[in-house]
Amino acid sequence: MAFTFAAFCYMLALLLTAALIFFAIWHIIAFDELKTDYKNPIDQCNTLNPVSVTEIWTRDLFQLVLPEYLIHVFFCVMFLCAAEWLTLGLNMPLLAYHVWRYMSRPVMSGPGLYDPTTIMNADILAYCQKEGWCKLAFYLLSFFYYLYGMIYTLVSS
Amino acid sequence: TSVNKLLYAVSYSLCVYTQVETVLPPPQSLEGGIYPGTHVFLPFTAGWLTSPPFGYNYPAMQPGYQQSPTPRAGSSPSHGGYNAPGYQPYSQPFPSLSQLSTALGGLSGVSEQEVEGLRPVNLLQERNLLPLKRGTPAEPNLSSNLRKMNCSPDTFRCTLSSIPQTQALLNKARLPLGLLLHPFRDLTQLPVITSNTIVRCRSCRTYINPFVSFLDQHRWKCNLCYRVNDVPDEFMYNPVTRSYGEPHKRPEVQNSTVEFIASSDYMLRPPQPAAYLFVLDVSHNAVESGYLNVLCQSLLENLEKLPGDSRTRIGFLTFDSTIHFYNLQEGLSQPQMLVVSDIDDVFIPTPDSLLVNLKESHEMVKDLLNALPAMFTHTRETHSALGPALQAAYKLMSATGGRVSVFQTQLPSLGAGLLQSREDPNLRSSTKGVQHLGPATDFYKKLALDCSGQQIGVDLFLLSSQYSDLASLACVSKYSAGSIFYYPGFHHVHSPAQNLKLQQDLHRYLTRKIGFEAVMRIRCTKGLSIHTFHGNFFVRSTDLLSLANVNPDSGFAVQMSIDESLADTSLACFQAALLYTSSKGKRRIRVHTLCLPVVSQLSDVFAGADVEAITCLLANMAIDRSISSSLLDARDALVNAVVDSLEAYRANGSNLQLSGLTAPAALRLFPLYVLALLKQKALRTGTSTRLDDRVFAMCEFKSQPLKQIMRLIHPDLYRVDNLTEQGALHLNERMIPQPPLLQLSAEKLSRDGAFLMDCGSVMYLWVGKCCDEMFVRDVLGCPDYASIPPDMVALETTASERTRAFVSWLDSPPSFCHSVLLSVRDEPSAKSSFFQHLIEDRSESAFSYYEFLLHIQQQMSK
Repeated sequence: MAFTFAAFCYMLALLLTAALIFFAIWHIIAFDELKTDYKNPIDQCNTLNPVSVTEIWTRDLFQLVLPEYLIHVFFCVMFLCAAEWLTLGLNMPLLAYHVWRYMSRPVMSGPGLYDPTTIMNADILAYCQKEGWCKLAFYLLSFFYYLYGMIYTLVSS
Repeated sequence: TSVNKLLYAVSYSLCVYTQVETVLPPPQSLEGGIYPGTHVFLPFTAGWLTSPPFGYNYPAMQPGYQQSPTPRAGSSPSHGGYNAPGYQPYSQPFPSLSQLSTALGGLSGVSEQEVEGLRPVNLLQERNLLPLKRGTPAEPNLSSNLRKMNCSPDTFRCTLSSIPQTQALLNKARLPLGLLLHPFRDLTQLPVITSNTIVRCRSCRTYINPFVSFLDQHRWKCNLCYRVNDVPDEFMYNPVTRSYGEPHKRPEVQNSTVEFIASSDYMLRPPQPAAYLFVLDVSHNAVESGYLNVLCQSLLENLEKLPGDSRTRIGFLTFDSTIHFYNLQEGLSQPQMLVVSDIDDVFIPTPDSLLVNLKESHEMVKDLLNALPAMFTHTRETHSALGPALQAAYKLMSATGGRVSVFQTQLPSLGAGLLQSREDPNLRSSTKGVQHLGPATDFYKKLALDCSGQQIGVDLFLLSSQYSDLASLACVSKYSAGSIFYYPGFHHVHSPAQNLKLQQDLHRYLTRKIGFEAVMRIRCTKGLSIHTFHGNFFVRSTDLLSLANVNPDSGFAVQMSIDESLADTSLACFQAALLYTSSKGKRRIRVHTLCLPVVSQLSDVFAGADVEAITCLLANMAIDRSISSSLLDARDALVNAVVDSLEAYRANGSNLQLSGLTAPAALRLFPLYVLALLKQKALRTGTSTRLDDRVFAMCEFKSQPLKQIMRLIHPDLYRVDNLTEQGALHLNERMIPQPPLLQLSAEKLSRDGAFLMDCGSVMYLWVGKCCDEMFVRDVLGCPDYASIPPDMVALETTASERTRAFVSWLDSPPSFCHSVLLSVRDEPSAKSSFFQHLIEDRSESAFSYYEFLLHIQQQMSK
């Protein structure tokens, strides 16, 4: 069992993918909370908080977006260095998608993708939810793929 | 039991129950007196008209109309779709049409209105499509007692007055489904309910309304979520008839627009006092334009009429490259100016006495207003630090909330939020789309959100002559529920029309009703949901709108979708509840409920289409699309909307005519209105339009109520030099002539007449070269035609009683501020603003109406 650089990459990717899965789940829960807030049968005044749920979650989402993208970029760089072309190829579409998403975000001064004034539009909300589920599925599959890749590189040399 | 009854009777006779208050234009009379116990139910006429009803009294067809030649001999007169009680069936129906009407009438008991709404109209052949006068839309197909109780269409209107049962049916009709609301409209009759318990559904929290069903005396079924609730005991007693056991006779269940007095459960904090802050630009540019004089005069006149009570607070802030605060403490000999020059970190110089109690410091405020215009006459400052001034305003107002009125005359050039000039004048007439419709920075949006969180509404008055990036500045009002006013090229001497407009707007702005710290929630029957909101507010959660200030001149629109089939119900209901603090510190809830039938046939959907509401909703959608994607996309989408809906009608209906362009009578004006929309400043291409003008026109569409928007899109044109008494209205002992509406085409203008065009906020009076001398002399007060000055602002001091009566009647619906009347002479130089409204004509870059119809026909046959 040779502990090559590739195996090390896969191991690190495995751990970081766990973090990405966590982010994706948080993302999904955040949008679900935003969406179902109104169905809460609490009396009206309880929802009149000066800081709305919208603002809280949008703020949190700001803190999720950049770490997720940076971690993913880190993976790609690592696999590039380890010459794992198949894995790199599988991650390229997601990298391209992240770049496109960040370039076409609404005008804002801080980092972030979500504008509190438009996020409540049902089509934007639905899009973000779908995005969250797709990413969760992708990261889960990646997790198992990296697990396989790690065992393969450990065993096969 | 009888003891219970006695107890309730005694206890409630001690409280005041229901009041019918008359909301007169001076808002102070509202919320004032308390009327003991008496209650008057007005007979609610169709369509919730204030008494006396306008426009419903004209008897038969006006002779003027019958004489106008219709191109097709023997065709039925093209009225209908807008039904008056004096509706008369068409005299010569087509043979096949009578078969259609009997067939339809026999089959499903469809009313005459429905048949009329479905009557096929060949747009290419029938020219006179306009109704005689702009009236209220067709009524929904409900039983008459439901119709009586239903909400007024001026307050609450749906694009389809018969809701389709499923989303699939809605998609087949290719028409948008949405609501247009004007919830805080000035009302003359408003039932106010002061009971201790507000009866609401336990699960969905809907307020009890006229469309619930009482299962028996003690249980009621919610019409939105179908849950069965109990009737509380207090509700069983009806204070009006002093009877027990008839909960369905209570005023909440008899009126679809009611106002509740909210208890402390509905308050997060004690109701705030009315607080007004004026933030004024005093740079050199601003002083040159002279708006300060106009503003200070207006404020001095209207200081007592500002809505509020003894706790009302007022403050002033002026800024150029530094920020100036004014200490208005009563006791000082004169107002004291405090200058803060550190604009990167703005701080408030003194903790209080900058926002002072109006009653106590009345004299100081007046001194300041008298001195303010003169204080800055020799200023040399050319910079404008708007961003820091707004930050200072925010800090000053965050404790209480209230209204900030910002007056700006140029591009903010200093400090946070500074803006660059983004407009390229060479691209003003570009046909390839328009850039820079969205904000350049999110500074103003973030500030607006902060203000909204502290219940501060920011209103913007932009009085600039050059590009001021309204697209970015407008964000500060859009998300804090403020209003935007724009006076391009304002100068107190050189632009008398703008001057007059500012004066009139200020008068309305300072004296109109206002609500503070408001939230609005719109609920629909189970199965319908709202997915997009349009208007000036912040969407706090999926259906809760946060409005820091609410005023009677703003309208909202929402788009809906049908999530589940509505097959098991025959009525769909919508309720808009607005919780606000009145200017006198009382917490109130205004509730409007609308009920519409649910239909399962596509033809019924078309018969109930409300073309004005559809046009306004499409305008809102087009503006969103042009900001998020591109203007050309938005224009294409509008044309596609017409093509798709007419195709859907053709595919569905029995094909009476295969050639020509057939539309149902309910949608006969749809292509005309969409063409008018495409020629608006907001959406036009190919004609030189300044970017700020365009952005302002977009903001107007998104925030004005439906009536104003329709007048913007399709103004009313009348001939006024030959007003007759025929068919006139008699109102308050005055005789108001009712000339017919004319089509917006130069064909209808004639050299020897004078024509009035009502565009909502502005009215144009076009005088032909050979117009009757008597008219010119009497009505305009000029000795002859040649002496009418161009762009004269004709005031209401004309000698002719009839004309004046007509013009002031046009101007009179209480919700709008007064229009400015401009005169236009028949010569090339003075024409552009008037002629751009004649939308049926061809212009250098746009179709005429007939060409547009041909274009649509072409698109349909692809």
